[in-house]
Amino acid sequence: MAAAIMQSVGATTAISSVNYKNSGYASRRSFPERKRSCLSIHCDGSLTFGMNNQNNRSAGLSTNAVASKQDNVTASTASKPGHELLLFEALREGLEEEMDRDPHVCVMGEDVGHYGGSYKVTKGLAPKYGDLRVLDTPIAENSFTGMAIGAAMTGLRPIIEGMNMGFLLLAFNQISNNCGMLHYTSGGQFKIPVVIRGPGGVGRQLGAEHSQRLESYFQSIPGIQMVACSTPYNAKGLMKAAIRSDNPVILFEHVLLYNLKGNIPDEEYVCSLEEAEMVRPGEHVTILTYSRMRYHVMQAAKTLVNKGYDPEVIDIRSLKPFDLYTIGNSVKKTHRVVIVEECMRTGGIGASLTASINENFHDYLDAPIVCLSSQDVPTPYAGTLEEWTVVQPAQIVAAVEQICK
Amino acid sequence: MACSATPKIVHGPLPTNSLRSAEKSDSSCKFMGPSSFFGSKSLNKKLFSVNKAVSSVGHRSAAVVAVSSDVVKEKKLKSSSSLSNLLITREEGLVLYEDMILGRAFEDMCAQMYYRGKMFGFVHLYNGQEAVSTGFIKLLKKEDCVVSTYRDHVHALSKGVPARQVMSELFGKTTGCCRGQGGSMHMFSKEHNVLGGFAFIGEGIPVATGAAFTSKYKREVFKEDCDEVTLAFFGDGTCNNGQFFECLNMAALWKLPIVFVVENNLWAIGMSHLRSTSDPEIWKKGPAFGMPGVHVDGMDVLKVREVAKEAVGRARRGEGPTLVECETYRFRGHSLADPDELRDPAEKAHYATRDPIAALKKYILENNLASEADLKAIEKKIDEELEEAVEFAEESPVPARSQLLENVFADPKGFGIGPDGRYRCEDPKFTEGTAQV
Repeated sequence: MAAAIMQSVGATTAISSVNYKNSGYASRRSFPERKRSCLSIHCDGSLTFGMNNQNNRSAGLSTNAVASKQDNVTASTASKPGHELLLFEALREGLEEEMDRDPHVCVMGEDVGHYGGSYKVTKGLAPKYGDLRVLDTPIAENSFTGMAIGAAMTGLRPIIEGMNMGFLLLAFNQISNNCGMLHYTSGGQFKIPVVIRGPGGVGRQLGAEHSQRLESYFQSIPGIQMVACSTPYNAKGLMKAAIRSDNPVILFEHVLLYNLKGNIPDEEYVCSLEEAEMVRPGEHVTILTYSRMRYHVMQAAKTLVNKGYDPEVIDIRSLKPFDLYTIGNSVKKTHRVVIVEECMRTGGIGASLTASINENFHDYLDAPIVCLSSQDVPTPYAGTLEEWTVVQPAQIVAAVEQICK
Repeated sequence: MACSATPKIVHGPLPTNSLRSAEKSDSSCKFMGPSSFFGSKSLNKKLFSVNKAVSSVGHRSAAVVAVSSDVVKEKKLKSSSSLSNLLITREEGLVLYEDMILGRAFEDMCAQMYYRGKMFGFVHLYNGQEAVSTGFIKLLKKEDCVVSTYRDHVHALSKGVPARQVMSELFGKTTGCCRGQGGSMHMFSKEHNVLGGFAFIGEGIPVATGAAFTSKYKREVFKEDCDEVTLAFFGDGTCNNGQFFECLNMAALWKLPIVFVVENNLWAIGMSHLRSTSDPEIWKKGPAFGMPGVHVDGMDVLKVREVAKEAVGRARRGEGPTLVECETYRFRGHSLADPDELRDPAEKAHYATRDPIAALKKYILENNLASEADLKAIEKKIDEELEEAVEFAEESPVPARSQLLENVFADPKGFGIGPDGRYRCEDPKFTEGTAQV
């Protein structure tokens, strides 16, 4: 399955061995003055790292996929080389570190214990921590999600795994009414520090029900945060941040990204739940994306660069709330926005993002926002049809060309 | 049928209490004819035949576990009226009496205040069911948890939430137990471990199961000496809901320290229990999941208390959950908005004669545990307490605008980063409640 994923997700082969050197991608930011370190993954696999929000002023067309080389000078001060692993292993590493750190952290879900998780994220944890800390539940999503919420209210920090995110539709009652609302309706007396995580998104011919994008359904629930991971680095970082957060966080993973290889630091790090990730700085157009579509975008970016465009790619990561600072700065620079997402056209994350950008940065836009989403269609089983329901790199290229005219 | 629960007392023909009728031993109640009671002859037939089937099952299957309230009857019959054989001491009796009077008077005050326009929305009153709340909750420690439904005022009061805080919450004032943000159906108290107050039926049961899970976790992972118990209260309508069954399964599977208390008052708004349930005897559903199922007369606080002692004791000892079905009745409509036209007046009259407060009063006086004056003093004390609670609620301030956004997130960074680069919660407008989030 790994090979198939690598081939079909295009750009992943190119970025399969990126070195994530960094000097502490700290997440604790409550300072008004926001210093941004940017980590850029480039389509050709090389990396630049450094402070580039104010410095990057390349005028005209960029002839090079790689952004300003001089920024490389300020590269990392990390002494260790980091280690390479697959995304699901990064998730597991983050989970294990948090379970070691705090004995209140526990996992609940179907087949998370003895089976090791249907995507192996919890493999090896049950033998290590016991059957109570890694709890194999019966198939009763609504009830075990509610149980986790009750446990969270009384002091534990559970991580609920939906074997497939789609199954959490059965837990919508608990997620909306209890998870999101109880802190408020109890007047702040009870906190619900749960993490709800699982694989979602369109996979390889998994059929309609296993190919759902629940982020669009959950986004209106007040009181929850939603993040989507897309690389081993941010997977581990977001997992840790979500577990440490006292808010209920829904962490969206993607079925096709679990076997993505990447290099992550040896030292401990946590990502910020509310910040977006600058993937590739650019000048001409802002492309906002998240999860698997990031790779379709990067593949399209390769083509675009060859055609002389300089796209800025941002992985929004935080689906709720949106990081309007990063996004806003980008819009103010490029004046053109293309959103590429896997959600359905109607009521998806892209729809909300479009509204948000229009509301906040209307004056900076030179053209209407283009939102590329999946078709409003139950994902078909047939491979060809399935391919046409999600956004493909060619469409992204066409959209950018169109908007830049 | 394999059953992991230890069979307790298995009776032959089930006692008459399981039949929705008057206790035959109390000749003081009028037993209304079945046809008017249940509404139709055909339903009546069904009930009687069900009962027969049940009694034969009781004979055959050792796995049908039932601790009947006959335990209490036997005690009563055996005892003379000497104090040593009584079920409660004087002190206990007065505590129970006071709690039930508080519950009743509070709910009556709610009705008054509602019609005077002091509280709004859906208010569900507990009149008539006080024996269940008092019978169970007065056995608990402060660390034990209670989870309820929208009919939660009295559960909160029994658990120890001050009446003024509950009243204030109902008035929507900032001094309410949930700062006015919850309302009638969402009573929470961290101090007294009241975990809600839920508007949708059934959704509190998993939360209760989770609280019980934490108790077990503390014992087995933290190796603490934790014997905290959780009580989940819910109604007959909830017993047809998936979350009920799913939680019975999980609780029994993991031997969680929880007691599932069914307040079967026969009606789910206007839906009669018999019209919505294939097998109306809810206590029988416990053994199907491997836990004892118990039926008790929920209009008699002493019987409820005896059963509760056993069930809570089981949970504390780590023996697992129990399902207790309390036969009870609500004297008022489903909520203050319910005209309550559907229920047969004869049925209401019948249950009015089984008023749990009157029954306890009778017991206390007959057994010389206290005098009429003592009880009157309690009633007066409660009246004053409630006057004070209403006054407190009236005088309390309404929530300020600044409260609007405060408790949405435990960590307000959850509102995210605004266009200016700062976390939204750092924006002064946020604390004013006027920020756009």
